[in-house]
Amino acid sequence: MDGSMKEIGPIARHTISVIVDNEAGVLARVIGLFSGRGYNIESLTVAAVDTTGERSRITVVTSGTRMVIEQIKAQLDRLVPVHKVGDLTMEGAFVARDMALVKVSGTGEKRVEALRLADTFRARAVDASVNSFVFELTGSADKIDAFVELMSELGLVEVARTGAVALSRGPGGL
Amino acid sequence: MTATDTKAREKQATSEAPILSGAQMILRALRELGVEVVFGYPGGAVLPIYDEIFKQDDIRHILVRHEQAAVHAAEGYARATGKPGVVLVTSGPGATNAVTGLTDAMLDSIPIVCLTGQVARHLIGNDAFQEADTVGITRPCTKHNYLVKETADLPNVISEAFYVATNGRPGPVVIDLPKDVQIEKAPYVRTGYRSHRTYRPQVQCDEQAIRTAARLLAAAERPIIYSGGGVINAGPEASDLLAEFARITGFPVTSTLMGLGAYPASDKQFLGMLGMHGTWEANHAMHDCDVMLAIGARFDDRVTGRIDAFSPGSKKIQVDIDLSSINKNVPVDVPVIGDALNALTQLIAVWHEEKLGATQPSLGEWWKQIEHWRQKKCLSYEDSTEVIMPQKSLERLFALTKDRDPIISTEVGQHQMWAAQFLGFDKPNRWLTSGGLGTMGYGLPAAVGAQIAHPDRLVVDVSGEASFQMNLQELGTIAQYHLPVKIFIMNNEYMGMVRQWQDLSYDGRRSESYSESLPDFVKLAEAYGIKGMQVEDPADLDAAIQEMIDHDGPVLMDCRVAKLENCFPMVPAGAAHNEMLLPGDVVGKPKDDEALAVV
Repeated sequence: MDGSMKEIGPIARHTISVIVDNEAGVLARVIGLFSGRGYNIESLTVAAVDTTGERSRITVVTSGTRMVIEQIKAQLDRLVPVHKVGDLTMEGAFVARDMALVKVSGTGEKRVEALRLADTFRARAVDASVNSFVFELTGSADKIDAFVELMSELGLVEVARTGAVALSRGPGGL
Repeated sequence: MTATDTKAREKQATSEAPILSGAQMILRALRELGVEVVFGYPGGAVLPIYDEIFKQDDIRHILVRHEQAAVHAAEGYARATGKPGVVLVTSGPGATNAVTGLTDAMLDSIPIVCLTGQVARHLIGNDAFQEADTVGITRPCTKHNYLVKETADLPNVISEAFYVATNGRPGPVVIDLPKDVQIEKAPYVRTGYRSHRTYRPQVQCDEQAIRTAARLLAAAERPIIYSGGGVINAGPEASDLLAEFARITGFPVTSTLMGLGAYPASDKQFLGMLGMHGTWEANHAMHDCDVMLAIGARFDDRVTGRIDAFSPGSKKIQVDIDLSSINKNVPVDVPVIGDALNALTQLIAVWHEEKLGATQPSLGEWWKQIEHWRQKKCLSYEDSTEVIMPQKSLERLFALTKDRDPIISTEVGQHQMWAAQFLGFDKPNRWLTSGGLGTMGYGLPAAVGAQIAHPDRLVVDVSGEASFQMNLQELGTIAQYHLPVKIFIMNNEYMGMVRQWQDLSYDGRRSESYSESLPDFVKLAEAYGIKGMQVEDPADLDAAIQEMIDHDGPVLMDCRVAKLENCFPMVPAGAAHNEMLLPGDVVGKPKDDEALAVV
């Protein structure tokens, strides 16, 4: 872009919560908005979050300059099925967790070491065979990265992980 | 009311409700919502709806010749009336042909409700005949869209679609209607709410923001009002208030392409259009102002020119109904969310209440500067007795039609920019043009829509020979409904704006921009039973225009104009507002690839 003001200022990562009607196509609207306008998606999670299944919460981790982040929120807010948009990064402290399933295969000392490290990371073995484990691990993205990195030397087979889910700290809600 | 009460009432309403087919429901809901005209084209997936149209007289159906034209006609209708335009097309190609029109309405914030047929529910996803993923395709080019899967939902979905299309920042809404939903019967219950559960745009402005804005404006030494299409969308009363605010403040006013007519062009405080082909005085005033009031305008790239050099020294106030328009391209100092009518009402009230007029600095120096810029006479051109200059053709068209308060539509290109420069609009809803998307072929169907809305008004499509050919099939629609539309083709045998850019930026390599093998436009008109005319000699111009407007019926005028005239003033590629070119300026090529890419 030619000398755009959008490029001025530091790029920051923001975790944004979006409450939407749980209806067909709503995720496509949100994702289409990001791809169509060239915004970045680092991770995105979505699931119904109320007892009647009418509302879903989308947690999206994105990055951009202040102006771009402001645009992302305004653009999300004007989608018709969007009820609320909250910028957790701007609104104070929040907790964010990813979950990962990590499959490790091996025998002997490597298998024992994998189990020991899993314990250190408070990962649980949710499947085990004589020569493999599937570990379940929750935590920050960094923690999961670190765990996967360690497992790569101990027989890592594959990883499945969610993006971040996040809520603000304290009694208030979106 | 408790939830149980509501449920009980709904249940009772359902038991008493008439049982209608989906197609009957659609017609009934449209009628209840005040729809008078539908622009459309039939096909397999909408036959049940067309059958219901056949059986009634309340809603008039206008048969266009191409679905793109149906949407443009509905846009023209909406622009000329302030009411939403309604479109009905079939599935598959009917819907995909409508996409250009929908995108056009999206970019220019025009309220449209477009009903599309869809294959039966059990066939969706099967690659059935004339199936397309219409909600998928139209998601990014509509404000919202619906696929109706339950017949009983139809009345409320249609109500909601009209609410969404017309409230907040207006825009197009698609309702995709599977054929079996149109046939199936269900109780007709329209619960009457015309508002969406959560979509409630803010129209009332924040009091404090208005006060901040008013005080900033009152202290301005070099103020300017930069008004856009949002003022027109807010209704004629907003235009009146804009004029009142300009009067009590003494501020100069400039307008975007979409906003022309909101402020009277004949008023001495009006500086003309701004932007790439805006006036010298408007662009310089924007560049040098100290406080800018942007109202219903979105700082798009055709307005700002090089963005880091855009009005560098000013405090910017932006009034917009759409939060996402604020700080999108240009950072603003005082954002005001709300609709232009409320903003102007509140601004005027605060101006009087705080007696801000009394504290205003003199604007004498500023107006003196503006007069100095005006002396450039930036729209002047060298006239000729040999050939009709395009500017001349519009000056004469304006002079000979202005007393009839015409509605003007345009296509896209040089003729459109000249029309914006040379035709003055004193009132809103008289200027129909494709601003955001720049859709060639918009003007003819838009004129159809405007003429349907106002059968007795003078409607002129200012056109170019290239744009005209993009939707010339609509001559059939004009003939069928005896619409007295005047088509004024400024024929220079080139895609003139493309040719101008090629001459300025590509060393005159006129790649594919010559309009080869043009039809004989007079014979073409006559083939449709329409009066065709041609004028080539400047001496005959006035008589020809007079004959065109006096004719009781449609006229296609082939006005042969100078072939290689360029449109000035012009903010060249990658330049700032105060680096405008005028006729006769030596034009340098764009400075670098980056500048070349901005255009």
